[in-house]
Amino acid sequence: MTKFWPTVAALMWKDILLELRTRDIVISVLAFALLSLVIFNFALGPSPQITPVVAPGVLWVAFTFAGVLGLTRTFVLEKDQGNLVGLLLTPTSREAIYVGKMLGSLFFMLLAEIIILPVFAVLFNISPFRPELLLVILLATIGFASMGTLFSAIAVNTRSREIMLPMLFLPVVVPIIIGAVMASGTALEGGSWSDMVKSIQLIAVFDVLALVFSAFAFEHVLQE
Amino acid sequence: MPIGAVLKNGLFVVSATMMLVVLYLVFMWVPTDNIQGTVQRIMYFHVPVAWVAFLAFFIVLVGSVGYLWKRTSKWDQLAYSAAEIGVLLTTLLLITGIIWAKPIWGVWWTWEPRLTTSLMLWLIYVAYLMLRAYSPPGDQGARYAAVLGIIGFIDVPIVYYSVKLWRTVHPQVIVGPAATGELDSSMRILLLIAAVTFTLLFVYLLTDRFSLRKSEDEVELARGLAESLR
Repeated sequence: MTKFWPTVAALMWKDILLELRTRDIVISVLAFALLSLVIFNFALGPSPQITPVVAPGVLWVAFTFAGVLGLTRTFVLEKDQGNLVGLLLTPTSREAIYVGKMLGSLFFMLLAEIIILPVFAVLFNISPFRPELLLVILLATIGFASMGTLFSAIAVNTRSREIMLPMLFLPVVVPIIIGAVMASGTALEGGSWSDMVKSIQLIAVFDVLALVFSAFAFEHVLQE
Repeated sequence: MPIGAVLKNGLFVVSATMMLVVLYLVFMWVPTDNIQGTVQRIMYFHVPVAWVAFLAFFIVLVGSVGYLWKRTSKWDQLAYSAAEIGVLLTTLLLITGIIWAKPIWGVWWTWEPRLTTSLMLWLIYVAYLMLRAYSPPGDQGARYAAVLGIIGFIDVPIVYYSVKLWRTVHPQVIVGPAATGELDSSMRILLLIAAVTFTLLFVYLLTDRFSLRKSEDEVELARGLAESLR
């Protein structure tokens, strides 16, 4: 067995290099999130009273659906080019493959979200760069990436994988979405830490469970 | 007749008879609730269905853990059969709940924690069935389903907690009279009888589906062998 963290780093670097050359994931996630922000503006109307009420919800719908889009792609390349079989043949632990793929997805999702945030701020007239909100985004995205990497590895081997991933992913991550919307609502209203501690705890507990379970289950998913 | 078939037929006869008895008791014997009226009688279906649906998903969990551990197809067949019946029961649960809620609460639906959790449960296990349909057959599909069967069950208490937390932030429309009255002793007895009846029906459905699933897998195996010999 090769060492754990060097393997993880190598896997992450492979994905980042691939992304630097193709720019597939970040561009599609960005374009999709941007479009959904614009469509929401039309769907909800331009009235300035409604904006602060719906803003956190809109932000998380955009992040969630854009995230699903990005997650769909994480295993498509591995699968279509026969790369996954190669990975499985190398003497690395399945946990290392999981953590490498998960950190890669996390990186791309966070990158896309950081770019979307100022656009969101402009379109919805709010100032989102608060440490509370950034922490919520980080924690929720860890949960998305850890659950999503597992489901993505499953969905890639099914027929109609584009619909299978959201079907599997969305109902399970509902607690993250609820926690994230609540905490960001409080953060955007300028609430204090004590107002959002429960929702942040909820996301953190989910993250830990999702990470532990996915790392365990990944071995059972990746057997060809 | 082999002993298994005798037991299964016996189970069918007993649960069908008891179901008729329960129907009679629900409409003829038990007193009408003095606040909710006749609508309350739906509880004798709703509550047992909820219990059996939960039992079904627990069996999905047991079958899933068993399959990932032992890798013998009977565990997978058990989980798959229980999931199908569980989705059916949760559908009934949601429908009977909606029918009851309209006259009592005045709304068809409210995002109350138990309702919302039931809906999420239904969605997760519908996804389970879709995953089975779209996965490659054999061991691979069974492993995928087992992973979801375990996550789905672990997720339920977290969903419940999160919806409760969410509701404390968003005040709800106050709906109708609260349905937390004391149960008359005859009502409690009937509820117990109904729960036993639905459990028996569930066991019958599960054994039936399980043996059918086993035959299906055997046919699939035989077909595979025939293909490879051709």
